[in-house]
Amino acid sequence: MYPAQFRYSEEHEWLQVEDNSATVGITDHAQKELGDVVFVELPKVGDKVEAGQACGTVESVKAVSEIYSPVSGEVKEVNTALAETPEWINQDPHGKAWMMKVALSAPAPLDRLMTAEQYEEYLRKESAE
Amino acid sequence: MADKDIKKVRRHLTQREALIFERSSPGKPPFALPPLDVPPVDPADALGAQRVREQIEGFPEVSEFEVVRHFTRLSTWNYGVDTGAYLLGSCTMKYNPKVNEVVARVDGIGNAHPYQPEMLSQGCLKIHQLLSELLLEIVGLDAITLQPAAGAHGEMTGLLLVRAYQESKGNPRRKVLIPDSAHGTNPASAAIAGYQAQNLASNRQGTVDLEQLDRLMNEEVAALMLTNPNTLGIFENEIVRIAEIVHSRGGLLYMDGANMNALMGISRPGDFGVDVMHLNLHKTFSTPHGGGGPGAGPVAVKKILEPFLPVPVMVENKDGSLAYDFNRPRSIGRVRAFYGNFGMLVRALAYILANGAEGLRLTTEDAVLNSAYIRKKLEGTYELPYSSPTLHECVFSDKKQAQRGVHTGDIAKRLIDYGFHPYTVSFPLVVSGAMMIEPTESESKQELDELVDALQAIAREAEQEPETVLGAPHTTHLGRLDEVQAARHPVLRWKPPTRE
Repeated sequence: MYPAQFRYSEEHEWLQVEDNSATVGITDHAQKELGDVVFVELPKVGDKVEAGQACGTVESVKAVSEIYSPVSGEVKEVNTALAETPEWINQDPHGKAWMMKVALSAPAPLDRLMTAEQYEEYLRKESAE
Repeated sequence: MADKDIKKVRRHLTQREALIFERSSPGKPPFALPPLDVPPVDPADALGAQRVREQIEGFPEVSEFEVVRHFTRLSTWNYGVDTGAYLLGSCTMKYNPKVNEVVARVDGIGNAHPYQPEMLSQGCLKIHQLLSELLLEIVGLDAITLQPAAGAHGEMTGLLLVRAYQESKGNPRRKVLIPDSAHGTNPASAAIAGYQAQNLASNRQGTVDLEQLDRLMNEEVAALMLTNPNTLGIFENEIVRIAEIVHSRGGLLYMDGANMNALMGISRPGDFGVDVMHLNLHKTFSTPHGGGGPGAGPVAVKKILEPFLPVPVMVENKDGSLAYDFNRPRSIGRVRAFYGNFGMLVRALAYILANGAEGLRLTTEDAVLNSAYIRKKLEGTYELPYSSPTLHECVFSDKKQAQRGVHTGDIAKRLIDYGFHPYTVSFPLVVSGAMMIEPTESESKQELDELVDALQAIAREAEQEPETVLGAPHTTHLGRLDEVQAARHPVLRWKPPTRE
């Protein structure tokens, strides 16, 4: 379910780090909780994002939710197709619904991020509460 | 379908009705006027061609009778607070007393004009003054503006006052703290006022986490924006301590007054440390809500914020007559044309005077009692995510029913078949699958019992025949609408079909 090559945040974002850049999206759990996504607002190319800070919003029929960047750096690419096809976030959250690629200004804070296994455990705990 | 449990309503005929545009027959006159008995004038000559509007393309041409039938038919599809319980949590959909309408239509009030000279408007000014005094007594604050036209408009006005105050202290500051249980308008209002909204997570009791507040409240924070009781219906028991923490670092305490129906006549925000708050006259004070009329969101403040209130401000002349003072150099300016939605102010005053102090207190007690009754009756049927005592509203979750694939939105749709307006769905966000019910004081025990029976029957259906709930509503004029498509591709107006 949750790709092993990704890392996961407590706010339900995933990221994939390659060299000095990270691809960021929201997790399958996040899209399920939100329900049908109808609108997404992403940062612009060139924007600075900061780990733990809001950098965009996802709106579903139920709620508006912030996207928190799990890493710090400069946005170098944004998945602009999501503006027209927000349903991709529901259909393929870990694949074609990636949201942004960030050129890292600092190493990803791996100590605060979870592996797929840890994230699944985190979800189990969250739903047991 | 287990319609045997549906007691309150039965099916009855409703007529299909096309859009009025689609009823149009070109050339059909809606009325017949007598022949013109004065010389005709060309409006373009008299007014200038640029002031003459072109024909509107596709404007419906129908007879008077067709218009009457069209809107009468549409009205039979409707559900309003005069039809039955309207459970939307945080909306306080109470009865709108008809006497309010009578008072608002009294000749000298209904036909008053805002450009009338002040000496001829003393009655209306007196209404403004009296309502201001009574609202201030209810909330325990020092000064008020009645201008804002709705709750969120009040929030924006309140935060602009916060900004003006902080600027006067040398630094407008950057952030506003907002609990995660807040109304969605709060962060939006903070952003509009130029602040960055910072989220405060609720603790396990569903209230503000004091340690976290203590950690986040610093010299960058202009205000804490708090709803009390919060959207879980829980009173912030530590409110005095919360106010102390905020004040000790130069911040102000903003209270979203949307839930004043839980406090009115019992507890005063000014007494527990609030500096600025808005009221929703269309919630707590019985003026029509939503499509029934414009709202009104007065903002009350402590003395320290008075210099910044929107212009004009009511003053009393030496001879006892009333006037508006526009000369307020430190004011944030106007936030609304004239003096706000005056008709709503009249209705709110009528409501307060009709109830009196005792009546308003009883209103609050009954609102809390009704909510407590529903909570007690349903707590075994639906999951109650927070066990803290609640006031005027209670929040359940769909956790038990979700195991059968039935979610809060489905239960809400099924409730329509049982003859009730749905509760608030999926809010507050701190509860997954939230079902937020606010009965208000207006509902009788009989109506509440019928509601409880309906929600219990739906829980049984969710268990035994979930497809009935998942396919609801079954008895409305239209079935389940495609909300996703409507949000992704909104079509906001009819357009004439393109001709080949």
